Amino acid sequence: METINAEIFTLTYGSMVRQLIADYEDVEEVNKQLDKMGYSIGQRLIDEFLAKSKTQRCADFRDAAEKIAKVGFRMFLNVTAAVTGWNAEGTECSLILEDNPLADFVELPEQLAGLKYSNLLCGVIRGALEMVNMEVECTFVRDVLQGDDANEMRLKLLSSSTETYPFKDE
Amino acid sequence: MPCFTFYIFNRKGACQYYHEWQRLKPVRSGAGSQEEDFKLMFGLFWSMRALSSALDPKNPAKQQMGAPQRIGDGCSFNSFRTSAYKLHFLESPSGLKFVLTTDPSVGSLAEALQYIYASLFVELVAKNPLYTPGEPFLFEPFSAALNKYMRTLGLLS
Repeated sequence: METINAEIFTLTYGSMVRQLIADYEDVEEVNKQLDKMGYSIGQRLIDEFLAKSKTQRCADFRDAAEKIAKVGFRMFLNVTAAVTGWNAEGTECSLILEDNPLADFVELPEQLAGLKYSNLLCGVIRGALEMVNMEVECTFVRDVLQGDDANEMRLKLLSSSTETYPFKDE
Repeated sequence: MPCFTFYIFNRKGACQYYHEWQRLKPVRSGAGSQEEDFKLMFGLFWSMRALSSALDPKNPAKQQMGAPQRIGDGCSFNSFRTSAYKLHFLESPSGLKFVLTTDPSVGSLAEALQYIYASLFVELVAKNPLYTPGEPFLFEPFSAALNKYMRTLGLLS
């Protein structure tokens, strides 16, 4: 697979976030825009993921989360994530990122404490899973940049829909 | 020239891409209109999949006929052959469907369809900023690469 220099990627992402902050001047709005951008990325990226990893259908949400953590993150960010914190129904889990390449060299100034710097990742996961009929909610709950001890994304399965025949019978 | 037509359908049943190399029997005397043709084609593989997974003797979790399926549920078919043509089919877990009709003498094209998905569709369509996921597209580089690939397969002279 094609690769690029990780530093260029990190710095490009950083300057994009900066630009968003300059444009919107509101941290909440920036978080929202990052999520939206990620969502569009995810909708396209899913096909690259499926085609190149030759992934077949995931048995359930648990399986899907494992695939994202082990194969997806490896393929696109060259890191792996750990999946933990399952709830009893198997509809919620946490992805722990040891190493977040997006946030290398980044320090957040105090006035940007509410910024979810890597919120793009949440959008990507949401967009990608939607294309395989799993509607999820994804949020950053812990971020090293905010002084937490790990990067944690919380994934929550809202619904997984079925395929229906799109045309009416005549 | 043993390949005839090629379709890509999105997960909602709309045809995103259609190409015909050779269609001796025009659509007018077949389905009626191009739009009808897409609908019939979609209905064909939709029913094929529903039937094949309802009759599946192997899978204990087999679906009842007509039960709603999740994308990729049950078993999918790869191809079928009639006396006049052969239809090759590939469905991705994201619900994209690739259909290629060729001469009945052509062997398995499962690998070839996978290649079209991974190397042509992903590279030249999904990564094209002008492409809106799920919408029809017509990109010259994709069409050219598809033609070239069909030639390397020996399906197109």
